[in-house]
Amino acid sequence: MGVNQLPHRRTDARLLLLYFVVTGSLIVTEGLTKRFGPVTAVSDLTVNIGSGVVGLIGANGAGKSTLIKILLGLLPVTKGRATVLGLDVASEGTAIRARVGYMPEHDCLPPDVSATDFVVHMARMCGLPMTAARERTADILRHVGLYEERYRPIGGYSTGMRQRVKLAQALVHDPQLAFLDEPTNGLDPAGRDDMLGLIARINSDFGISVLVTSHLLGELERVCDHIVVIDAGALLRASSTADVTAISQVVVVEVDQPADVLATLLQAAGLTARVVGPLVEVELRDDSAYDVVRDTVVRAGLGLIRMERRRHRMAEIFATAGSAQ
Amino acid sequence: MSMPTPTSGVIHDIGYRHYDGERRGRSYILRSLYIDSLKGAYGLGRSARSKVMPMILFAVMCLPAGVIVTITAVTNGDELFGDYPSYVLNLQLVVLIFIASQAPATVSRDLRFRVMSLYLSRPLERVDYVIAKFAAMASALFVLTAAPLTIMFGGALVVGLPITEQIPDYLRAMAGAVLISLMLGGIGLVIAAITPRRGFAVAAIITVLLVLAGVQGILQEIAGAESLDIAPYLGLLSPFTLVLGVQSALLGAASPLPSPPGATGALVFTVAALLIVAGSYAILQLRYRSVSVS
Repeated sequence: MGVNQLPHRRTDARLLLLYFVVTGSLIVTEGLTKRFGPVTAVSDLTVNIGSGVVGLIGANGAGKSTLIKILLGLLPVTKGRATVLGLDVASEGTAIRARVGYMPEHDCLPPDVSATDFVVHMARMCGLPMTAARERTADILRHVGLYEERYRPIGGYSTGMRQRVKLAQALVHDPQLAFLDEPTNGLDPAGRDDMLGLIARINSDFGISVLVTSHLLGELERVCDHIVVIDAGALLRASSTADVTAISQVVVVEVDQPADVLATLLQAAGLTARVVGPLVEVELRDDSAYDVVRDTVVRAGLGLIRMERRRHRMAEIFATAGSAQ
Repeated sequence: MSMPTPTSGVIHDIGYRHYDGERRGRSYILRSLYIDSLKGAYGLGRSARSKVMPMILFAVMCLPAGVIVTITAVTNGDELFGDYPSYVLNLQLVVLIFIASQAPATVSRDLRFRVMSLYLSRPLERVDYVIAKFAAMASALFVLTAAPLTIMFGGALVVGLPITEQIPDYLRAMAGAVLISLMLGGIGLVIAAITPRRGFAVAAIITVLLVLAGVQGILQEIAGAESLDIAPYLGLLSPFTLVLGVQSALLGAASPLPSPPGATGALVFTVAALLIVAGSYAILQLRYRSVSVS
């Protein structure tokens, strides 16, 4: 994922399309900036997003939703440019919106219609004829896991069911690309797992590329091929998921003695260890660190209570990425 | 799609199928939104509870027409027991409750529950959304007001009254129904579009229209009693009497109110009605220009 080398300014649309076909880039932004008065929501963002499942990660207010609205052609940009599926967001918004699906972060469903009626209506709003809209709705509701309840008014649905309807309306017209804004918001752990499984299937089984946002890295690393991290509207990191998670692995160790005793011993053994409450976090440079921890604990005669791999939290990713720049 | 409809109750997981069929353009999307919104105004495609109010109002609106036809038939009268041009005015409360309950369902709902973000993220233009909703609301009102007039007309013909005597007044009243539907639709949608909370929108629409009708009625009484010159123009104050004025001054229908005098009166009333329709359409377009996705 490098800085793209598009010809600058007023690029011929056909060139863009050619670029899209050759490189497989679905979303390309160049120096993209969006200001709301004094607030900069997106700042000089240059990124090139390919097919597959791409996670867009950032804290709340980092500019994720703003970026999606720009990519849908719904917000004029202050500076820079962006293309989606080779189409310019400034001039070809309608064409983009015909080809992508969008699942907003917030609730957006009317309570007084059934999921079936609503999704059929939304399919028609994408230009699908009535018969096709009905068939696609039945199919897609089954794929997202809504069965008998789809004939009842949405007002009585649980959060999990609502999220499924929101997802269904984003996919009913068989888009090439789906923008899913915080799809796991408000779901319990089981619902979260279901939703993440669905997102993975959208790409692997349905063949639809996905740009999914979250403020939780740990959640997306399971399903994403690539991760784009933004903070205050600016790009912090864009790399494959493997790269991100590799540098963010730590192992957490708990023993039956005070944590600082163990930390001192591990540091003496050459590891980077720090005390976090009753636990010791050890940076996992490679797999030999496990052996060092085990040997140190055994040699010191400590009782090992637990030892588990843990990912760094978002804050730590930001700290690492920030200091690296 | 070539898949046969499954006849058994078994669900087969046939995997995801891509859609490579027809994708229709702007006019189809606009038309679909219009049709679905028009049906929605009568609760069709919405929950069972949503159907109660509009259906009852439709029945109440048509009931007197049925009674008029029945009495005419029973008494063997040589003209209808009621007249076309003032029918809608006499039942203005029913029309008013209809617009107050359905205008919020037509537009406030999409704002309040943020359905707008789903519409705006589709290949549907903002301008088209307003056109479709306005047309749907006006059509729903036209169905409500034209149906009883048509029942009376049909009934009159069945009873055997001469068609030549019925047609002029029927057509005048139908023109009035078109005008009142456009005006009330516009006024109702404007209020509903700036009042996303359904309850407030209902109250606001009822209040505005009732106050206008009330003020108009009182002033009309006073002006009538004092025989003031302004009396014929007081009809401008309420949409219902405004339409009555157009019907009588422009189209020559009988009116229970003093008819606006001559060409000037006809012009003033017609222009006022058209201004209300065009004005509310313009306000709606302006309002939806600033609706954002979130």
